[in-house]
Amino acid sequence: MNNLDALEAESIYILREAVNKLKRPAMLWSIGKDSNVMVWLAKKAFLGRLPFPAMHLDTGKEFPETYAFRDQYAKQWGLNLIADDCPGIDQIDPSLPPNSRFAARKTAGLKQAIERYGFDGIIAGIRRDEQATRAKERVFSPRGENGKWDFKDQPPEFWDQYNVDFAPETHLRIHPLLHWTESDIWRYIRRENIPVVPLYYARDGKRYRSLGEEGITFPIESSASNIDEILEELASTRISERSGRSMDHDSEDAFERLRAEGYM
Amino acid sequence: MLANQNTQDLDIKPFPIVIVGHVDHGKSTLVGRLLHETGSLPQGKVEEIKAISDARGATFEWSFVLDAFQIERDQGITVDTTRIWFKSKSRDYVFIDAPGHKEFLKNMVTGAASADAAVLVVDVIEGVSEQTRRHAYLLQLLGIERVAVVMNKMDGVNWNEERFNEVADEVRIYLDELGLVIQQIVPISARDGDNLIALSGKGPWYSGLPLVDVLDQLPRPSLPDDQALRLPIQDIYRQGDKRYIVGRIESGRLRIGDQLHFYPGDVSARVVSFEGWNETTPQITATSGQSVAITIDEELFIERGHIAVSNTETQPIRTHALKLRLFWLAERSLKAGETLKLRIGLAQHDVCVESIDRIIDVETLGDNTGDHVARNGIAEITVRSRSRLVVDLYSDNPTTGRGVLIEDYRIVGGVVVVEDAIISGRNLTPVTHSVSQGERAAANGHDGGVLWLTGLSGSGKSTLAIQLERQLFDLGWQVFTLDGDNLRTGLGNDLGFDLDSRTENIRRASEVAKLMSEAGVVVIATFITPMKSDREMARSIIGHNFHEVFVDAGLETCEKRDPKGLYAKARAGEIPEFTGISSPYQPPENADLVLDTAVNSVSKSLEELRFFARQVLPVGTRKLQRAS
Repeated sequence: MNNLDALEAESIYILREAVNKLKRPAMLWSIGKDSNVMVWLAKKAFLGRLPFPAMHLDTGKEFPETYAFRDQYAKQWGLNLIADDCPGIDQIDPSLPPNSRFAARKTAGLKQAIERYGFDGIIAGIRRDEQATRAKERVFSPRGENGKWDFKDQPPEFWDQYNVDFAPETHLRIHPLLHWTESDIWRYIRRENIPVVPLYYARDGKRYRSLGEEGITFPIESSASNIDEILEELASTRISERSGRSMDHDSEDAFERLRAEGYM
Repeated sequence: MLANQNTQDLDIKPFPIVIVGHVDHGKSTLVGRLLHETGSLPQGKVEEIKAISDARGATFEWSFVLDAFQIERDQGITVDTTRIWFKSKSRDYVFIDAPGHKEFLKNMVTGAASADAAVLVVDVIEGVSEQTRRHAYLLQLLGIERVAVVMNKMDGVNWNEERFNEVADEVRIYLDELGLVIQQIVPISARDGDNLIALSGKGPWYSGLPLVDVLDQLPRPSLPDDQALRLPIQDIYRQGDKRYIVGRIESGRLRIGDQLHFYPGDVSARVVSFEGWNETTPQITATSGQSVAITIDEELFIERGHIAVSNTETQPIRTHALKLRLFWLAERSLKAGETLKLRIGLAQHDVCVESIDRIIDVETLGDNTGDHVARNGIAEITVRSRSRLVVDLYSDNPTTGRGVLIEDYRIVGGVVVVEDAIISGRNLTPVTHSVSQGERAAANGHDGGVLWLTGLSGSGKSTLAIQLERQLFDLGWQVFTLDGDNLRTGLGNDLGFDLDSRTENIRRASEVAKLMSEAGVVVIATFITPMKSDREMARSIIGHNFHEVFVDAGLETCEKRDPKGLYAKARAGEIPEFTGISSPYQPPENADLVLDTAVNSVSKSLEELRFFARQVLPVGTRKLQRAS
């Protein structure tokens, strides 16, 4: 098996564990490249049909291209789409730094959905190589009340034996892409011919390397207008993937605080 | 080999290496420095680390690259394991940084378990310490075979060769005894970057390679493709009238047309197809590591936790007791007599810790005795399960010979299978019979086997059994009725009617039925066996000779018949927990034969039963002939 086959097999195994063990899971579909790969893997795992809803935490601030993509592929892929509005900025802790506060709307939107639909597991497409606190995540990550992440005391997880049992009033986060890298994602998109939002490809010398909301996400200087060029760029760049995500950089612990409170 | 081979394009899995060792011996610093030396850190990272270090009044801390949590940076220790990608000239790596503090051993195990090799970091000033040994012991338990050792902080002993040799000898003796292969022992200074990428010349007496070149020489472990097939069943999917069996092949290979044997059900079927989505070419084979969905040519009772193997390869161990080597990760101690969940592969069992056989002293590698395993302790224990355990020895097939212990909502320990405790634990050596079952069957004209009649009291089990016994006997068959009430007057006379006693009664009956069927007899067993789990147990004890017959009359009819007057007594409250009245009957979903005795006459049902017996029991219908 080559690397992409091994990554795919591992992710499918994780998704099947989640569906077997959870009563009511949902998949977070941010419409970004990683979550498209995740939907694709789920279609493979479950032979064409997702046995759970795909949830877009909508802040109303996505790029127009993102919304267009969502509406087209929710239909084309036969997704059971949930796209409720996240609570407004006025309902978010004002002591947070400005960009984090904006991002925290998604956390609030997620909590709202968990309450509204009774989800006991949230499947999210985070990766270890994206960000240093995500690197310390578990594949099956138990969340306490209010979705809090007790990162100081994570349960052991080894030999693909996941922590699938959890106390009432808590839920699980499942991370089927945790072991993938940014380059893996692009190579897989190329191999499988998975559609992505066109903003990832360079136009006028700029492209989005990581896709978030308008206003807190910025493009990088790039001439990579197709996947081969993106892969070449990644092989030589020393700029980190989330450099254009201002919410990560408000302060040294900005992202850790966001994640401890339940951000993805 | 090509000089500039680009492994990225070859799409090869990055080589996972775990960095282990005692707290403060410099693991995170080593990784941080290595990344810097090879230009693997993102732009601005060094400046960021400098600012973070300054803010804490510390000198430049390479470990902050990996120690991402505030608490880790504030306290200067690694709490949880992390991963970082790294590229040498010849291949890609994933470095797994593992915490060294004993407080966080569970996190060390979490990281180390997915590595193919390890770097053991030893502080040359302090020498080998307790966690150095514990980590090395765990590496070997986790299945890692090769270790590169770095002797760190050589600057602290002025690159003294004698001190290096002294500690190196200590490491070598310990790792040798564990059976770990040492790739090389490299003297380094992680902080200064000496001997990481190139030899710095500070210890001119060192004639080996720099660390990265040593890592590049670590061989990849071989894939378990050539081992016996093991496919633990993860789930069953239904789409329309199609039924898919899904799971990941842990070892071996699978092809369309292969004959599979499923445990613990002891049933067989052939692979018809591999199923997928958006496949360009239909799949015809699969190997270890692949997640598959297959269809088979029989409607069998299979569920999550069962395991598929090949009929023609080595069979797994089927037993009710195992000797396990354990690393215990819970805060509290483990004591004999406790009940926990054991998950091996995808099968979960309730197991009782029968004994704590020895406690391993990682300092001396000697044995201690004791009645409990303390936190982070390593021990050998014997566990017993009521359900049948289907496993391999860890030494034969690692992926199906290891598992975890679970309590409440948490994994509390890891275990590897050392031996089958039923055979070895009591110094039992089962004899091989000089008369084979085949010979007995040839002499009798039929196979031994068990017709297990389940159904409510009054459904007609005994009536049918007694008459069938007569008829088959008259045909010259070896046949015997094993009746619930009869058994309770002797073998089971110490048992009551509570749930546990009922299960034990069924266990004994099953063992007796198994022995008799092995002796060539056709056993007609009549037991209400209301619980699905008890019937499963009977099936798992008796094996492929077990045939479940559901004698179904419906409660109303049985109560009307009431041949023993028991329903009347139960309704009057004189018999507690009477099946059908005050305790449940779980009807079989996949019985091999269903007899509707409410509708059909006794003679009609008897005829059906006799027809069934003559179909499944004559010579030559045996589904699986075990080579002995």
